[in-house]
Amino acid sequence: MARSGNAPPDDLPIVLAIDGQHGPVIHASNRAARQLGIHKGARVVDMRALCPTLQVEYADPAGDMRALDQLMLWARQWCPWSVVDGTDGLILDTTGSDHLFGGEVALLVAMEERFSQLGLTTQIALAPTWGAAWGLARFGPVRALCPADGVDTALAPLPVKALRLTEDSALLLHRLGLKTVADIAAVPRLSLTRRFARASLESNPLLRLDQALGQLAEPLASIEETPPLRALTRLSEPIEDPTTHVPELCADLCAQLKATEQGCRQLRLTIYRTDGEVSTVCAATSRPSRNATHLARLFDGKLERINPGFGFDLIVLEALGVEPLAAAQYGLDRKAGDDMALAHLVDRLTARFGIKAVTRPVRRESHVPERAQAWVGALTAHTDADVPVVAPDRPLRLLETPEEIRVLYAVPEGPPAQFIWRRQTLQVARYAGPERIAPEWWQDKPGTRLRDYFKVEDQTGRRLWLYREGLHDDGRGGIPRWFLHGMFA
Amino acid sequence: MACGSRTFADVFAATAPDAGVVGFVLASLQNQTRPVLWVQDHLSVAEAGGPYLPAVSLSGGILRVRLNRPTDVLQAMEDGLGCSALGGVIGEIWGEPPALSFTATKRLALRSEHNAIPCWLVRRGGTANLSAARNRWRVASLPSTPNVYDAKAPGDPRWRVELFRSRSAQPGTWIVSHDRASDRLHFSAVSGDGAVAASHGAVGERAPG
Repeated sequence: MARSGNAPPDDLPIVLAIDGQHGPVIHASNRAARQLGIHKGARVVDMRALCPTLQVEYADPAGDMRALDQLMLWARQWCPWSVVDGTDGLILDTTGSDHLFGGEVALLVAMEERFSQLGLTTQIALAPTWGAAWGLARFGPVRALCPADGVDTALAPLPVKALRLTEDSALLLHRLGLKTVADIAAVPRLSLTRRFARASLESNPLLRLDQALGQLAEPLASIEETPPLRALTRLSEPIEDPTTHVPELCADLCAQLKATEQGCRQLRLTIYRTDGEVSTVCAATSRPSRNATHLARLFDGKLERINPGFGFDLIVLEALGVEPLAAAQYGLDRKAGDDMALAHLVDRLTARFGIKAVTRPVRRESHVPERAQAWVGALTAHTDADVPVVAPDRPLRLLETPEEIRVLYAVPEGPPAQFIWRRQTLQVARYAGPERIAPEWWQDKPGTRLRDYFKVEDQTGRRLWLYREGLHDDGRGGIPRWFLHGMFA
Repeated sequence: MACGSRTFADVFAATAPDAGVVGFVLASLQNQTRPVLWVQDHLSVAEAGGPYLPAVSLSGGILRVRLNRPTDVLQAMEDGLGCSALGGVIGEIWGEPPALSFTATKRLALRSEHNAIPCWLVRRGGTANLSAARNRWRVASLPSTPNVYDAKAPGDPRWRVELFRSRSAQPGTWIVSHDRASDRLHFSAVSGDGAVAASHGAVGERAPG
């Protein structure tokens, strides 16, 4: 909200909610809301009763995690190792890098300043261990600094929650009368060990204390940022048609992929115009590939749509969705296998006509006819549901939406003897049925009517699949209507 | 028999929503273990629906491409005919678009024969104009065979199949019934049609594939 410029003022209570077991619960709140007594984990309806003017927005935890991942990489301006801690923390290993910023105090001030420029408030602490830094940042003084030999004294006055314990464990310690870290350190170790012998690390105060004091190792596993795989061509003179450069770029990119034994699922070609316009063209493959000729063909006919303007001077080809791909063995005739040829066909068709146009039918476990088959994108892997052993008689063609027919001559049992479909009068010569298909109560709306299907043959020999929606006396609407759903061979 | 050869054939439906055409095409692709590319244009889907997997017995699976323009349908079919992994290509085009010219059909025929992939073009709502198709068929549904279990119910499908132009076989008209239990096509001559009764319509001829 702050980014899009419509952030609410600080003095209005506003909360972010997520779905809980019994309706939405509060995920985060601003300062004004906290002062009104609104706390995390409470139900939104209860808090609305407390404060009728409460403004509720839905939280986006997945988006928050993505942003935190990016922020973790951004924070590497201060030190080479950083890692995301939980859902709301970052741990930086600044060992040996603080002097570059003029000492530890100056480093903390610089960090706070840069984060506030991004519009983020921070609680920062600097300590010799992960656990101590975690506790001091959340429960310690502002910009807490903890010298290497004073971890125990710095942690001593903090509540037991500062040891990264679970709620249950903290509550238990509280009931035992152990309220601060100093209390735990004062208790004889043996008695606490006996009580928490079977507790996991997250709920074991002794192990957590050891970690905070540095007696139990807790190294920081920093994730390396993988460099993007890309090939680029800088041109001294602007050109109007980038097509001739694509095979060369693909070959370059595939050489890079081959060196790392990888293949890509997506390609993005970015073309920079001399006047600053940027256009991108994307292509995708159904399985990882590093075949340069195949990848180059995916851009066939796609580059003509780009407006050249005064010409292009930079072309960049990036590999996205990179996956490991071992070298494949070809047959003696140097031809790839059938499945490879099929994957290449799928890629070409998808590149030319779009993802939605190229599909594969998949069986689904359902007895409602239109749900028994689903169309999935050909690029994605798919699994068929188990096919029933005794297959009922089904039509060869199914209309996407059943078409209503007008009954001219109804009979009490069986399909109508005469009906109008697409402005033609059809007479039923023979029929089979009914086959009753009940609605699936677990996903249909309440009030959905059952269907009685009939296979009918008209006077000219066309075999059609009709159904009557509902019964006369089912109490779910008026007179049942008739529909045509498919055609038999 | 002409309907099983690995070449390009087009087949006309007597009435637009008649699924007998599709039944006939699928019966001649029956023994395929490789996937089939099925290209449909927008109008064919709206008027005659899409393939329904529970009834289509192609063991290799279907890859369907649904497009708006007939030009794209022809382009996708050509792409498919260049892929050796396919067991067949079925195209469905509505009406008589200008894109479906003699040259376009000739390209399909040559590609189909070069890679030995059977290619079928199902046409609805159009007339049989100039085409390079090696075999040209017309299929109409007929009242089905008697059902042994229920006299009032329809039985196995029966079609009137007319081969009206062919390079390799003698044109003719047959009554074809599809025995669904054994998955065979039975060709029988139309009675009273002397030109056809001669040789090709032997009863019990095996469904080619």
